[in-house]
Amino acid sequence: MLSSVPPIYFLIVSAVIFAIGAVGVLIRRNAIVIFMCIEMMLSAVNLTLITASHHLNSLDGVVMVFFVMTVAAAEAAVGLAIFVLLFRGRGTIKVDEINLLKW
Amino acid sequence: MAGSAFYWSVFIITALTAIFAAVMVITRRNPIHSAMFLVLNFLCIAVLYLLLNSQFIAIVQVMIYAGAIMMLVIFVIMLLSVEEEERQRMMRFSPAQVMGLVLVLILFAQLIYGVAVAVLPGDLGEFSPERIAQLGDIKAVAGLLFTKFLLPFEVASILLLVGIIGAVILSKKER
Repeated sequence: MLSSVPPIYFLIVSAVIFAIGAVGVLIRRNAIVIFMCIEMMLSAVNLTLITASHHLNSLDGVVMVFFVMTVAAAEAAVGLAIFVLLFRGRGTIKVDEINLLKW
Repeated sequence: MAGSAFYWSVFIITALTAIFAAVMVITRRNPIHSAMFLVLNFLCIAVLYLLLNSQFIAIVQVMIYAGAIMMLVIFVIMLLSVEEEERQRMMRFSPAQVMGLVLVLILFAQLIYGVAVAVLPGDLGEFSPERIAQLGDIKAVAGLLFTKFLLPFEVASILLLVGIIGAVILSKKER
């Protein structure tokens, strides 16, 4: 099967989704939504890796995506546990009101 | 030529849906709606993976991202009382947010420049689509995973173990 869409379009879609995720991280105040935006950015990067590995006839990118997904899964487990802990202690997960480490 | 037109139309529809879902994720006030649109975004990206001839990663994307991780996220949203963000209009940005938007615009310009200035320079590897079709996608990935990337693979297992322990320790009630 020959892919007829040039890789640049896949890369542009990936860049757009990454930028939208970055905007979400910066403008949203709900920690869980920020977390979801980070997952979206990771996923956009995965798309870049897959595009590169497909068009360069290599599988290294696929293996990298596999590892990125591993990290994302571990991050989800620990991050959501931290949110539950924060909510239990402070009654909110708005990042504006969580300023314990702010000087 | 018909296959090419089909490929293009699937790509355009999927890409536009993915971008639309991404925009909806960051604009919905209710976190549950955001999570649902994020699932849609992940599914669209899985279809893009299929277009790129990576069936294994497409399946893993649906199972791990759209299945496991989003289930966990929705579970936690339900646990922590869905509170919608207060009724401030999204138009009223604080100066920090405006600055963030400008920075993201610069980042986006850099990304576009970076991918457009030289599209995928580099040498071709040995895994051509014909080779992968002959070998089988999962078999090829597994072969690479257990030979060339054996050490990162083991480190990933340790990472998952540490993640499990961390989640257990964090969510344990103090006594």
